[in-house]
Amino acid sequence: MNGAQDLGGMMGFGPVAIEQDEPWFHAEWERRAFGLTLAMGATGSWNIDMSRHARESLPPADYLSSSYYEIWTKGVERLVVAARLVSREELTCGRSLVQPAPIKRVLKAEDVPAVLARGGPAERPVEQLARFAVGDRVRTRNMHPQGHTRLPRYARGKTGVVELVHGAHVFPDANAHGQGEQPQWLYTICLSGQELWGEQADPTVSVSIDAWESYLEPA
Amino acid sequence: MNQHHHHDHDDYSHLSEIELRVRALESILVEKGYVDPAAIDALVETYEVKVGPRNGAKVVAKAWADPAFREWLRKDATAAIASLGFIGRQGEHMVAVENTPDEHNIVVCTLCSCYPWPVLGLPPVWYKSAPYRSRAVLDPRGVLAEFGVNLPETTRIRIWDSTAEVRYLVIPMRPEGTEGMSEEALAELVTRDSMIGTGLARQPEAVR
Repeated sequence: MNGAQDLGGMMGFGPVAIEQDEPWFHAEWERRAFGLTLAMGATGSWNIDMSRHARESLPPADYLSSSYYEIWTKGVERLVVAARLVSREELTCGRSLVQPAPIKRVLKAEDVPAVLARGGPAERPVEQLARFAVGDRVRTRNMHPQGHTRLPRYARGKTGVVELVHGAHVFPDANAHGQGEQPQWLYTICLSGQELWGEQADPTVSVSIDAWESYLEPA
Repeated sequence: MNQHHHHDHDDYSHLSEIELRVRALESILVEKGYVDPAAIDALVETYEVKVGPRNGAKVVAKAWADPAFREWLRKDATAAIASLGFIGRQGEHMVAVENTPDEHNIVVCTLCSCYPWPVLGLPPVWYKSAPYRSRAVLDPRGVLAEFGVNLPETTRIRIWDSTAEVRYLVIPMRPEGTEGMSEEALAELVTRDSMIGTGLARQPEAVR
């Protein structure tokens, strides 16, 4: 969706605010929000694409005026409600009002190292061959799906060159909506700065995105 | 950031709205048995104490010192990095991109905050914020200047927008005058920002 998360190429946010000797967290609630998000993710009640979509579909004004871990917190609230694990009423009053719903698993402290080490690899075996090879010229689709996508607006309808072929990866546009993983070949596409931003752009700049096969057509 | 006043009073009237909101969420999830608070502690401790950019610095120092490792890192970064014990979440599919006198690489995630956790730890606030995410792809030289990095006009700049589950690690250029230095000493020159591409490796004089 064309949400507020899709920031590439926007203007007016001011200079980058660099903090020297930045701490990993700036407040105790950020630690809790971070840990809660990962611990709930480990319950298997949703996948990482659903999690991203829950954050990215916040109303744009809300997204842009929230700090990073505020966005994460709001994302988890939406996910637990959508998964029927917690009701809106419970969130409002701050305590459990009904029996818990069944849950696949609960992350235990002693399992944290193994779960983090395993991670969530996205590559999947597929039978179909890759449509594109390194060096092929491709055009990204001009598309504006209502649902989740990982093709940024600034890189739609642009011509570039396949630089890397990564294998087939879980397709977020489907996986975010509970439609299964539907793995597709994933490519790194290199686009020139001038293709993206026009003739006046710096000719020494190029930008690459990682794009699933259905984002691309031959050019 | 707001000043944090946490004194464990019985009433929470001194807490900000977001503090209350997170506290409420955790209470409900714990009460329902979905979350073990000790697991939250363990997750936080992992990324606050155990994982961080010193991991990535070891990878880069080894690549500088060991040509065979550098070649492996360029061909199969996931396996090469795993050989040093850095594996797992947000580093499942790694690609290493190498800076040269002709080409400088910068990593961004315009859509969210994708970042190679096993080698760099959690991203700094600026990496996740709108100014960096919006402008890294549009005006990379302007962004670099804000980090105090001014490259020759002829240097090609490559931006890697992490839009999938592939995570990128920049191998900065090895500074001059570091011949014969041990991997450990070399790692001291490798900063977090130099592995994102918003900085350069430190000069050996700077750490003496």
